[in-house]
Amino acid sequence: MAVAQAKETVTEARLAGVHLPEGAGWITAAREGALARVRALGLPERRHEYWKFTRPDSLTAPAVPQAALYDDSDEPEMFGDVDRLRLVFVDGVFDPQASDELALEAVRVERLSEAGQRDIHWARDLYGVLEERGQTPVPRTLAALNTALASDGMLIHVTGRAAKPINLIYVHKSDSSDAMLHHLVKLDPGAELTVLEDGPAAARFNKVMEVEVGDGATFHHLRTQGRDHERRAATHVFARLGAQSVFKSFTMTANGVMTRNECVIELTGDDAIAHVAGAAMGDGDFHQDDTVFVTHDAERCESRQVFKKVLRNGAVGVFQGKILVKPGAQKTDGYQISQSLLLDEDSEFLAKPELEIYADDVACSHGSTSGAIDEDALYYLRARGIPKPIATDLLTLSFLAEAVEEIEDEGLRDEINTRLASWLERRRS
Amino acid sequence: MLEIKNLHVDLEDEDKTILKGVDLTVEAGKVHAIMGPNGSGKSTLSYVLSGRDGYKVTQGSATLDGVDLLDLEPEERAAQGLFLAFQYPVEIPGVGNLTFLRTAVNAQRKARGEEEMSAADFLKEVREKAKTLKIDADMLKRPVNVGFSGGEKKRNEILQMAMLAPKMCILDETDSGLDVDAMKLVADGVNALRQDGRGFLVITHYQRLLDHIKPDVVHIMSEGRIIKTGGPELALEVEKNGYEDLKSEVA
Repeated sequence: MAVAQAKETVTEARLAGVHLPEGAGWITAAREGALARVRALGLPERRHEYWKFTRPDSLTAPAVPQAALYDDSDEPEMFGDVDRLRLVFVDGVFDPQASDELALEAVRVERLSEAGQRDIHWARDLYGVLEERGQTPVPRTLAALNTALASDGMLIHVTGRAAKPINLIYVHKSDSSDAMLHHLVKLDPGAELTVLEDGPAAARFNKVMEVEVGDGATFHHLRTQGRDHERRAATHVFARLGAQSVFKSFTMTANGVMTRNECVIELTGDDAIAHVAGAAMGDGDFHQDDTVFVTHDAERCESRQVFKKVLRNGAVGVFQGKILVKPGAQKTDGYQISQSLLLDEDSEFLAKPELEIYADDVACSHGSTSGAIDEDALYYLRARGIPKPIATDLLTLSFLAEAVEEIEDEGLRDEINTRLASWLERRRS
Repeated sequence: MLEIKNLHVDLEDEDKTILKGVDLTVEAGKVHAIMGPNGSGKSTLSYVLSGRDGYKVTQGSATLDGVDLLDLEPEERAAQGLFLAFQYPVEIPGVGNLTFLRTAVNAQRKARGEEEMSAADFLKEVREKAKTLKIDADMLKRPVNVGFSGGEKKRNEILQMAMLAPKMCILDETDSGLDVDAMKLVADGVNALRQDGRGFLVITHYQRLLDHIKPDVVHIMSEGRIIKTGGPELALEVEKNGYEDLKSEVA
């Protein structure tokens, strides 16, 4: 009785006074369905097993905790050297003036707020669909809340090989903004697209991206979450992969008082490949959680999860990763590694790696470690004349390398390495 | 150049004395060899000189051109011109060999108040030196020592030595794990660096390396002390009769 009341309290408090955005019949139906899911499942609470390591309060509270703006102009613009289609959102609202024209060869880009008004749209078969599938076996109610309430976002339909990456740029301008964005990416068979995301987005950001990767299609995703210290974010990527398709996602999280990044991947066609990786660096008041759920439901698919976290001055890193191999998903090749580098004794890494396998001919491995800087390597570098702080930074980058190497494009990989190095350099003691 | 006087060293974590009064002077332009059985303290001497943690100097001194080494951090000793070629070079994934080398070269220059080397000059020099050591472009680009064979690791040590141009080079069992061809390549690299202003201390268990790197002076170390010093013929004697004979002879 008391438990039921608590569930009602958190969820109903959040939903009090909210209205579903206006839209055509299909999207209204999707939003109403999502709202019903939120009520039925309840928003996350600390007592939920899936939120054991991360306090959801500030992500579910009706009031947005303030987040001071951060001036990051001491670094060049993220992805500034990349020829890309720039789409800018300010505190979660698309800004057409600041953005490039929504035109790209082999790609159709539309705004959710406009497409959602049309009676017939391809998005009907994707909007909230993968999110809903992702609610079992574990509820991800913040994503359902997003499906119900998000009024903006981009619908991206890729029919061939995109001429350049699409860059979703999230600008944070108000210290009390509460932003929700819901993006869809649909790749037709054989299509190819890279999506770059960067920026803190808002004081509190709830983002969902649903990605349908058609047979033989390739989707690359590279994300950085801005340098704002006080921002909070709960993000979900839901992906469904067709036969022989490729999905590769990398996230860099440096700073941020609260981040929960969930990635839910279903391999539904044979011979598909899914890689999810992340490098997180936290100093002080930092809580970063990667929660990944990969389901193998086809033969000969490969999945990799590679997550590395550098933590100092009491920063907290969390990893919850699961590989589920369904009956019949033979010849599955699953790999999962999560590691933390603890630069002092105040920092903390909490990891829950899980394998659940119902097929008999699979190769799955996982590992999770926490450690300090390797003293032998440190001595080696110092014996060559490299001062301890610089040697420590080099070894920190060395620790992160396995994750960063998951970025296929060399230019983008270099850019991320430069950012990681700058972050370390600013903290050099 | 390198002057070690009455050096006594304990292990920090255990109540164990490793070096029991080492006296040794290496003059500029000379190659000294230290030979000795396993556990005699040869490698400990190289670690203590280069500043590895875990050792406690209880007595004695070690100076390089008059500068007290034992008071300095490892990187400061390197900037003073001390170089240790490791017996087991460490693998550092994710850090390119060139990045590592350039960071080291420029850190030392900076510490000495010299101008840093430009990327172009550095590349030119490193390519030249790599070539003579048969280190190809791929090895230069790969992460430090990762996936290198035993011989490649040792050649990489010599490349670092060549680029850093130290005053005093210590080679710790550089011949271990090398076949004859690899040893010859490494020895050629070392010999190319022999010059008037530079001293060498070659630590080895076997005489065979000294066929290729001809020493001026040979010391025999046993149980934490240098028990005998002589010319190159001393190495041959060890090869022929073993260490036991020498030990009993001195005793």
